[in-house]
Amino acid sequence: MSESSGVQPALKVRQQAPSSPGILTHAIHIIAENPVTGLAFGLFTLIVFAALFGPMIAPFDPLASNTTEALKGPTRVHWFGTDQLGRDIFSRVLVATRLDFTIAIASVALVFFLGGLAGVTAGYFGGWVDKLVGRVADTIMAFPLFVLAMGIVAALGNSVTNIIIATAIINFPLYARVARAEANVRREAGFVQAARLAGNSEWRLLLTQIVPNIMPIMAVQMSLTMGYAILNAAGLSFIGLGVRPPTPEWGIMVAEGASFIVSGEWWIAFFPGLALMIAVFCFNLLGDGVRDLIDPQRRT
Amino acid sequence: MIPSPLLAIRNLTVEFATRRGTVTAVKAIDIDVGKGETVAIVGESGSGKSVTSYALMRILDRAGRIASGSMIFSGLELARMPELEMRNLRGRELSMIFQNPRAALNPIRKIGHQIEDVLRQHALVGATQAQQKAIEALANVRIARPEERYHAYPFELSGGMCQRVVIALALACRPQLLIADEPTTGLDVTTQKAVMDLVSELTRERAMSSILITHDLGLAAAYADRVVVMEKGDVVETADADTIFRTPYHAYTRKLMRATPRPGCQLRDLLPEETTSPAPSPVADQPSKQQHAPLLRVENLIKEYPKAKSAGSLLSLLGGKSEEPFRAVNAISFFVGRGESVGLVGESGCGKSTTSLMVARLIDATSGRIEFDGTDLTQIPARQFAASPFRARIQMVFQDPTDSLNPRFTAARAIADPLLRFPRLKHGESMRQRCEKLAGQVGLPLDLLDRFPHQLSGGQKARVGIARAIALEPDLIILDEPTAALDVSVQAVVLNLLQDLKQKLGMSYLFVSHDLHVVGLMCDRLIVMRGGEIVEQGNSADILANPRHEYTQALIAAIPAPPASR
Repeated sequence: MSESSGVQPALKVRQQAPSSPGILTHAIHIIAENPVTGLAFGLFTLIVFAALFGPMIAPFDPLASNTTEALKGPTRVHWFGTDQLGRDIFSRVLVATRLDFTIAIASVALVFFLGGLAGVTAGYFGGWVDKLVGRVADTIMAFPLFVLAMGIVAALGNSVTNIIIATAIINFPLYARVARAEANVRREAGFVQAARLAGNSEWRLLLTQIVPNIMPIMAVQMSLTMGYAILNAAGLSFIGLGVRPPTPEWGIMVAEGASFIVSGEWWIAFFPGLALMIAVFCFNLLGDGVRDLIDPQRRT
Repeated sequence: MIPSPLLAIRNLTVEFATRRGTVTAVKAIDIDVGKGETVAIVGESGSGKSVTSYALMRILDRAGRIASGSMIFSGLELARMPELEMRNLRGRELSMIFQNPRAALNPIRKIGHQIEDVLRQHALVGATQAQQKAIEALANVRIARPEERYHAYPFELSGGMCQRVVIALALACRPQLLIADEPTTGLDVTTQKAVMDLVSELTRERAMSSILITHDLGLAAAYADRVVVMEKGDVVETADADTIFRTPYHAYTRKLMRATPRPGCQLRDLLPEETTSPAPSPVADQPSKQQHAPLLRVENLIKEYPKAKSAGSLLSLLGGKSEEPFRAVNAISFFVGRGESVGLVGESGCGKSTTSLMVARLIDATSGRIEFDGTDLTQIPARQFAASPFRARIQMVFQDPTDSLNPRFTAARAIADPLLRFPRLKHGESMRQRCEKLAGQVGLPLDLLDRFPHQLSGGQKARVGIARAIALEPDLIILDEPTAALDVSVQAVVLNLLQDLKQKLGMSYLFVSHDLHVVGLMCDRLIVMRGGEIVEQGNSADILANPRHEYTQALIAAIPAPPASR
């Protein structure tokens, strides 16, 4: 039975037991059980594809204006129509995916790391760390979040990096609180006590016992805030903060198209708005699917 | 038999749709319950006893369905009754008491109002008499000062009190059949006795029938007229309570009876006949080594907790005097010799768990000494104890095998966890080999080492927990109700395993439990605790045979008469 040779790092932490199905069959089962999850994963794949290859497959240059073709409705050539400068809206929507997606991913990753760590530490150790994290979160929550984000971008300057930072800051309380609550209930769990008996230091306990076990709930949180982050970035651009025209970005495009709706050119604002809606919708649905996928209890 | 029983279950089959196809939880069973009769359904986990009762109440979860069979309850076919009519019967004709009384009550509604809800639901009372009736119902279940308690919330009541309220709820509409699903599992023995006495008295008074679902043969023997034994979805034996325990007919019934700890039996007696190993190791035979310096000596140990901070904390902020702290453990002293097993017994809230956590150095004591092998461990704060060399010498096995394993670690990873911090590998031995050796010692099949906790059974998880505790070859293991969450037959095996390991590895045990029979089997000496104090300690055989303190006497008397003594 001894399958490991002596030299090898003896302990194999396998991702799944031999008797349990692989990740792929598991994913198929999850999707079959809940078709909505399948839809969300499908949309997600589409968004990732557009973000990766958008600029390559776009039929027109998103920045090239062509005044002879200005303000045309959807046609066979220009699927989503053209804007006031004759730019192809389909190409612009496609190319904008990468920017919006990057902002969302970067800000969520940032807040996951900072908020999650702060929350877990607060929940696990309690005391003054808990008080400090709690009050910081309360202070952020005391502002209307969008106004706070506007203030941060206005103060730090109009750039993509600052949009990411602002979006991360306004999401901080959500992450810190969820992580705190989850760490707090597990602080005295049997397996944590057992690991303490095994001589693990408190920080090691936190990282090996607590953090992996709150990942499912954090993943759901990430998925939900992804949609919110995209919306927030687009909102900032819409009111003129953040990304500047002529960069293709959904928020700016909606803002530019808004003034043409009254005169009947609905497509300029509609299609970027639709893209925004689909992205947010997708991330919200994805939350449940992600939880089902990475929760070990579901793998029976 | 009674000509037409109140309830006749015929050929009942219940199926569950799962990921791996259909699972038949209950296989074509027949059960009769006569009028005024108490029938106990006994079995271990997975025997289908709870599923049967859920099917009867028609509260199976969505995946489950009644595949075939009939359930005739006073002329009505329950198996195919429309949900709307069923709703009328529930609570009025058929009632159920659940395992966890706290979960069965709405935490934010006054208990009196909850009883009124049931009465109104079945239109038995108008708004005006509702309160009167509810108070009456509370008085009927022997709740003192019912007018006052009418306004109480569930969290203000003890577990036993909550279970009484649940019984009041179940009986409020005077049903004909009461189903009690493990009604006393989470309760102390003395509370269990009070609750069960109450249930049997009330059902007799009202000529009600009842079904008692339990894993405890002693409880079934003490309170049921007839006993139905279930195994893996089948009814294997049905007989009168007297005969079944005197002359059990089915092998499974015999196995269950053997595995139930009872006075006057030895640890090996619990195992099934065919597997009895030739090395009997009665506890009493051990040479007493207590003459040497004891391994663990606890002196005047005190643990105080600050009182719940409500108004108190605000007052103390304003400079007011803080309240007297609550003393969970009040100046106790005892010792554990080398190679000795000492039992720590008491009901919930007696301070036994707090004591064990202090000895395990997971929490700090307020004052007192914990001398381990000549060193006072209270000098090392609990936070820093992980780095101390003593850490490896004091280990613990936890009560709930599920809760004590990290759900994201495989069994091998869990066992290896202590070894990663305190390398104890023999020369040229890999971690994997060490884990396999430990698994072998606790009888865990090696192919289970790569499984996650949720893929293991309760007994297997308990073995993983034990393997982890012995991995560092400790001198003292604290066993915190190690078998409380296990079936009796598994408990028998685990207790024997622990006893064997102790002799093989020369460890000492501090065995924390509420079950006097189990402690009597395992331990040389006994410590009985109540309200944070030791009321009696001494040789376990002596204490069990003639307890001196009245609390110990009450504890022993409250244990339901085990089948063999009938």
